[in-house]
Amino acid sequence: MLRKTTFIAASVGLVLAAMGLGAPAMAATTQAELKSVNWSFEGPFGKFNQEQLQRGYKVYHDVCSACHSMNLLSYRNLADKGGPFYSDKYPNPNESPYAKAIAMDFMVPDIDTDTGDAITRPATPSDHFKAPFANEYAAKAANGGSAPPDLSLMAKAREGGPRYIYSILTGFADAPAGLMVPPGKYYNPYFPGDLTSFWNGPGKAPTGGFISMPPPLTPDRVTFDDGTKATVAEEAWDVAAFLAWAAEPHQEERKQTGFAVLIYLLLFSGVLYASYRTIWRKISH
Amino acid sequence: MANTVVETSPPAGHGDDPNRRDFIHIVAATAAVGGVVAFAWPLIDEMNPSADVLALSSIEFDLSKVTVGQQVVVKWQGKPVFVRHRTPKEIAEAVHDDHAPMKDPATDASRHKPGKPEWLIVIGVCTHLGCVPNFGLGDYGGWLCPCHGSVYDTAGRIRKGPAPLNLFLPDYTFLSDTKIKVG
Amino acid sequence: MSGHSTYEPKTGFTRWLDARLPIVRLAHDSFVDFPTPKNLNYWWTFGGILALCLGIQIVTGVVLAMHYVPNANLAFNSVEHIMRDVNHGWMIRYIHANGASMFFLAVYIHMFRGIYYGSYKPPREILWILGCIIYLLMMATAFMGYVLPWGQMSYFGAVVITNLMGALPIVGKSITTWLWGGFAVDNPTLNRFFSLHYLLPFMIAGVVVLHIWALHVPGNNNPRGVEVKSKEDTVPFHPYYTVKDGFAMSVFLILFASFVFFMPDALGHPDNYVPANPLVTPAHIVPEWYFLPFYAILRAVPDKLTGVLMMFGSIGLLFVLPWIDRSKVRSMRYRPTARLFFLIFIVVCLLLGLCGSHEPDDKIFANLAGFNLLDSNLNSYTWLSRFLAVYYYAFYAILFLLSWIEKPLPVPESISAPVLKAGKKG
Repeated sequence: MLRKTTFIAASVGLVLAAMGLGAPAMAATTQAELKSVNWSFEGPFGKFNQEQLQRGYKVYHDVCSACHSMNLLSYRNLADKGGPFYSDKYPNPNESPYAKAIAMDFMVPDIDTDTGDAITRPATPSDHFKAPFANEYAAKAANGGSAPPDLSLMAKAREGGPRYIYSILTGFADAPAGLMVPPGKYYNPYFPGDLTSFWNGPGKAPTGGFISMPPPLTPDRVTFDDGTKATVAEEAWDVAAFLAWAAEPHQEERKQTGFAVLIYLLLFSGVLYASYRTIWRKISH
Repeated sequence: MANTVVETSPPAGHGDDPNRRDFIHIVAATAAVGGVVAFAWPLIDEMNPSADVLALSSIEFDLSKVTVGQQVVVKWQGKPVFVRHRTPKEIAEAVHDDHAPMKDPATDASRHKPGKPEWLIVIGVCTHLGCVPNFGLGDYGGWLCPCHGSVYDTAGRIRKGPAPLNLFLPDYTFLSDTKIKVG
Repeated sequence: MSGHSTYEPKTGFTRWLDARLPIVRLAHDSFVDFPTPKNLNYWWTFGGILALCLGIQIVTGVVLAMHYVPNANLAFNSVEHIMRDVNHGWMIRYIHANGASMFFLAVYIHMFRGIYYGSYKPPREILWILGCIIYLLMMATAFMGYVLPWGQMSYFGAVVITNLMGALPIVGKSITTWLWGGFAVDNPTLNRFFSLHYLLPFMIAGVVVLHIWALHVPGNNNPRGVEVKSKEDTVPFHPYYTVKDGFAMSVFLILFASFVFFMPDALGHPDNYVPANPLVTPAHIVPEWYFLPFYAILRAVPDKLTGVLMMFGSIGLLFVLPWIDRSKVRSMRYRPTARLFFLIFIVVCLLLGLCGSHEPDDKIFANLAGFNLLDSNLNSYTWLSRFLAVYYYAFYAILFLLSWIEKPLPVPESISAPVLKAGKKG
């Protein structure tokens, strides 16, 4: 009787919880369902594809870095194990010629120790990625009042992560007739927003919201060194994968360690269970 | 798991061999210890230098800033490094004393890179108790440590005073005639 | 059961030590030879699991504190420094963050076990109250810990909860300013939260020692709820329950590891990966899952002060449970009516958690228009929270009534007494 009641109660609770806890709805904010894409790093066996990360870095460098900083990354991270420019020949990322070569192209602010003046010098692998703007106020001023967010953690800072990034970048659409688009904003069905007060047309307001970023990707905007055709979808896919790596560079190591730990724990539980049964064999309980 | 039967002894035929019975417990205990050690290792290793600290473990330095007879002090891995541009007189004096009696004998040639005797690069920490010696003072024109009076010569070798060893030599390489990488 | 110590030091050193500080004797009497009812089921393993969780949180926390910087300008980046640059930092951080969730999962199971089997009844009232104190300390610790990464949710969670104090009449504003150390949640608040977050777990450890001491005076409760009558009813704690607790801990760690290594951010909120910005409020402020039921009760009441009182009252009622439920029968195995209401209580708590995760105005059934009752739509989580909160409070009243009017099933004579019918244990 207890078992049956518990089972029913638990199932009811779980079903109701599953109904709701998956995606807490926001009052009147709408967002189109995110597009589905395959990621090589998805799932417990997922791994980053190094070529994709290199292409993604190129998209970030050529397109996004003009406005978006990535302050939590250093040039040496690009040559870290699992990163876009890692090579077995250079296990120490600080020695990697790839990291040095990429860093050298950037002039970063520094102070001349002899005179105390502010100067710029070529970056080294230990430097953080060069930011496009000196500070947040400069970023806001140059972008119509909205500072472009830092991208270091974007793949973890939004519901849906890389799927969200991919959907936004490939999802810019013409505003439907009857939608009043404020100057400096762009309609994107995948950007969460409430458009009811901007809608003059029939029926319900369209899903989505206004993003301050103009569509950044166009076909062949970037030339990939490995010759991959640079469609908007490809560029978006690659940069989203790169951002997923940037948000969590240790992802592969995490999953590999997880396997070892789970296998150990399963075996250990088995051994402990056998030990438990052996000890309790003679007791009536 | 309520049993209505009280078992008195295990049915005959079951291995009651103490060795076999204890084995599983030994395995369990060993696995537990192994697990604890495996868990403890990252907690200890996290205190080792992190990746950003390691990234700053070497620095590059432009030698053209150091005039003859002068020294520049550079900070490397939190310690001062003396980059001394020696005069020919200082070099000669150091070579002359190569076999003089001293606590930590060393030739002048062993203290600089081959072909570059004018550049003496040492860690500026007294080997006695860690103070920073003063440039140019002391009987040999090398360094004098103000804390307890250790005297180093122009090759950084300990000549007088309580310090037991010569000033330490850091790992460095010449990237070009005017640039070195320390560490 | 407090009884005669059976420890006999065998070596010269252990005899010497025992004469000066009988700590080995204490350990032996408490955890080796301690007579424990032989019929404890797996619900009893959660005490040991909780001790494991506390140990893990303290160890990982102390290590994190070696790298974390409690300054509003540096905190967020110091956490990312741990995640990216510190050797194994990502793992230690994820263990600590998910460890808090696992700690609460275990404590809720442990508490529900206590209610079901009547472990709070005489003579274990103090044991139960000490447990409630541990629970309060855990909630304070977790709340402050969540503020430390200084993400959007950290910041605004601190804003919402500290602003609650403002509801208190007369002293409310002064208390809030005192808590903040300023005119809003800012660096002084963060710094003191870090200090207290480091301190409180050691206070928890102290209360845990008292909790175990209070347990060892009468001895453990058991699923039948009947007292130990003879030695036949018990087994020594070691090896019987050390191995059983060990096995349960190992299984618990499997769940823990699944979260840490394969879904480390599942129980968190993406907004906490955005650095705190006092000028931009997130669309949707929610606490961590283990606070959701209380959040729902808080928001169910339109008046701020009453909401705060109802929320704290829901925890306060736990403290006086031993005096609310006066049934002479301990275990709900033999109290079918109480058991039914208790199972509904569990479902209500889960549903309250669901309510806490939604915006109050969200519709429960999307396609149903519903109609307005008083200040909100009946088809809204606000009204559902209200009904559920009423049941939450009513449950205690029901237990009080059942103390007198319930007809329990016959309780076995003792722990070892055979059960009359197969499967009757229920």
